[in-house]
Amino acid sequence: MRRRDFINIAAVSAAGVGGVITLLPLISQMAPSADVLAESSTEIDISAIQPGQAIKAVFRKQPVFVRNLTPKEISEAEAVDVSSLRDPQTLKERTKAGKENWLITMGVCTHLGCVPLGAGEGEVKGEFGGYFCPCHGSVYDTAARIRKGPAPKNLQVPEYAFTTDTVVKIG
Amino acid sequence: MIRIISILVGAFFSLALLWSVGKGAVSYVTEPPKETVEHAFHLAPKEVEFESDGAFGKFDNQQLQRGFKVYKEVCSACHALKLVAFRDLKAIGYNDDEVKAIAKGFQVPAYNKNTGEVVTKEGVAADHFPPVLYAGQGTPPDLSLIAKARHEGPEYVYSLLTGYQEQPAELLKKFPDAKTPEGLHYNPYFANLNLAMPQPLTADDQVTYTDGTKATVDQMSKDVAAFLIWTAEPKLDKRKQTGWAVLGFLLFATVLAYMAYRNVWAEKKGH
Amino acid sequence: MSFPWANEYKPSHPLMQWMDEKLPLPRFVYNAVGAGYPVPRNLNYAWNFGVLAGFCLALQIVTGVILAMHYAANTGVAFDSVEHIMRDVNWGWMLRYAHANGASAFFVVVYVHIFRGFFYGSYKAPREMIWLLGVVIFLLMMATAFMGYVLPWGQMSFWGAQVITGLFSAIPLVGDPLHTWLLGGFAPDNAALNRFFSLHFLLPFVIAGVVILHIWALHIPGSSNPTGVEVKQESDTVPFHPYYTAKDGFGLGVFLIGYCALLFFFPNALGHPDNYIPANPMQTPAHIVPEWYFWPFYAILRAFTQDFLFIPAKLMGVLAMFSAILVWFFLPWLDRSPVRSGHFRPTFRKFYYALIVDALVLGYCGGSPAEEPFVMISQIAAIYYFAHFLIILPIVSAIERPDPLPFSITEAVLGSDETAPAAA
Repeated sequence: MRRRDFINIAAVSAAGVGGVITLLPLISQMAPSADVLAESSTEIDISAIQPGQAIKAVFRKQPVFVRNLTPKEISEAEAVDVSSLRDPQTLKERTKAGKENWLITMGVCTHLGCVPLGAGEGEVKGEFGGYFCPCHGSVYDTAARIRKGPAPKNLQVPEYAFTTDTVVKIG
Repeated sequence: MIRIISILVGAFFSLALLWSVGKGAVSYVTEPPKETVEHAFHLAPKEVEFESDGAFGKFDNQQLQRGFKVYKEVCSACHALKLVAFRDLKAIGYNDDEVKAIAKGFQVPAYNKNTGEVVTKEGVAADHFPPVLYAGQGTPPDLSLIAKARHEGPEYVYSLLTGYQEQPAELLKKFPDAKTPEGLHYNPYFANLNLAMPQPLTADDQVTYTDGTKATVDQMSKDVAAFLIWTAEPKLDKRKQTGWAVLGFLLFATVLAYMAYRNVWAEKKGH
Repeated sequence: MSFPWANEYKPSHPLMQWMDEKLPLPRFVYNAVGAGYPVPRNLNYAWNFGVLAGFCLALQIVTGVILAMHYAANTGVAFDSVEHIMRDVNWGWMLRYAHANGASAFFVVVYVHIFRGFFYGSYKAPREMIWLLGVVIFLLMMATAFMGYVLPWGQMSFWGAQVITGLFSAIPLVGDPLHTWLLGGFAPDNAALNRFFSLHFLLPFVIAGVVILHIWALHIPGSSNPTGVEVKQESDTVPFHPYYTAKDGFGLGVFLIGYCALLFFFPNALGHPDNYIPANPMQTPAHIVPEWYFWPFYAILRAFTQDFLFIPAKLMGVLAMFSAILVWFFLPWLDRSPVRSGHFRPTFRKFYYALIVDALVLGYCGGSPAEEPFVMISQIAAIYYFAHFLIILPIVSAIERPDPLPFSITEAVLGSDETAPAAA
């Protein structure tokens, strides 16, 4: 290769490299900004939730269901043969030890992201007594596991911890 | 034809301007503009250097933390800092726990979802510095951007803090009506010479420094000015770093481009 | 039109041949800015600025579209949303400074481009249409830049909007209703901010459209050149690619070095501190000025301090300011000299340099407070400005004796041209 060809190729390559590097910030700007990332934990006071009741909280601008299960709902969930489930998990795996009555899941259907019914007062809980997504008919049981309908996974359990007996920190 | 019209239009504008010049000149002579007291006694900010000055300057986190302490213990009584979030303080060297503790020390507005009441709560890292209620004279500006919102902002802040003085006798002799009004304070670095803010930093060791620096009024003023450079432009260090990398690359690429340009034209005679 | 010796696009790859039959876009590009466009071989660096202006437009559109992803056009949150970009959005500070300083860079480049046209007579036949479209682009740029400056909703944004829309209230009879209509209210507020945002987003694409027309019109007669002598033969030209793509690449590098130095090290040098204060409709800043690129026109606006005949000073200033640009539309017919280039017009050249000084003086006065001596200097400078275009150019072009022109571009470059007739 002649020297002058080499220089021409180098110059065009440098321009190409510069152009590609310039793209990086243009792409990165669409990722979550610092203020969005900063809000990624939520503290919830659960002291007022009676057995059989649930509340919707907000975590990362998405609903979180916090549900105080009744002994009946717990035994229903534990009675299910795990191997028959689409996404096999026991209730124990989806709750914290000693706090099995507190079922904390994202309120986002794993099918296409609608908010299932069943957490609000008087909402339909579906035929398995858990949650029911009206968009495409996914039905979840009392451990928020998928039992029927198109959703592929159980409702997601976010990372959380009990900071006291009545306060849960999500995220 | 178009040239005749154009010359007429040109003459029209020129005559109108000459008329303005003439009348302006006459009134300038008959009623010369009076010198104002601001014009005569306002001073440009003092010369002062900051660690972050210049193309290679960088923030000194120790100084910024001292400046933050001055803000928190003195300025924050009246001045808000609403564009800054507590989490931002990590950038000036505080760790997560320190940021949490600082945030906890501020009450930020919140509202009770159950009752709809507006309440306050302890701040968390994600919160911004809260608004400051102020009922006194004047309107203390938010300080987040003050270093960019004034000409030579950092120098201005420093000069203002260290520039309080008695009104010069010379001023009163020349402008007898310009006596500083009751409740205001004379400061030649302020645009109209009299401001509502009393001298905020009055004595050495007004703020206790923990890093061994002597907390003179001058030092505290400089530190808080440095801190306000940071609040106004928190990405200053990254900006300059990026700038050097970009300029370095561009210089390299431009030299290559020049050589390629000479190559391409090499066979053309006369170039 | 193109010169008969222009290279023809001949795709060798079957895919490109197929493409050429269905949609000859590669052929179009080849003929527009590729090897198929013969360009005078003697262009100097002043001719780089057209391509640079195109680059600036692209830069502003890209950064602008991105900023619009994060900006909120509402008086309650606009200021904070800009600070959100500066503080929290990834690389937001860089994108915002790139856009704000990109506007300045765009105007620098375009002013050089315009003054190159003034000197080399680029507006003269057969290139009048290129010039007229260029003036349209400049007007659109001014409107876009003004509305963009309003968006951060700082003190200068607000008072700029108040003052500039106030110009329209000078128009007799319809002025006041027009002013209210433009703002959608009695003072700048949400309605104005939202429509300015909408138009600020739209107009750059209109500019891009007119730029295409501008380049289209350029390709009819082909580029002018520093001698002003038209292309006569193949040896007068070189293909745009690779000759001018290489030169423009180098020019772009030099431009980017200057632009990035500004962006990364002095990003607020051309801005105004007051625009970091949120808009306050109750208090006007002590000294309000537009951005630097409007200063010469702002000086002309303020130069009219007295009513003249039956015309109020305010209307006179507005008329003069708009006329200062509108007069450019008539330039091809005001300067009738048969010689294009200022190189061969000794008298014109002196006045041209005087115009540059005059524009700088006007700019300086426009950025200074409205007090003496700036008012009187700007009045005298404004007289020269109008006299230059409306009186001096028509007269000079009629009486001037130009220097002898070279026979051809080839002769100008090489010192001789064998096709030239023997010297008489």
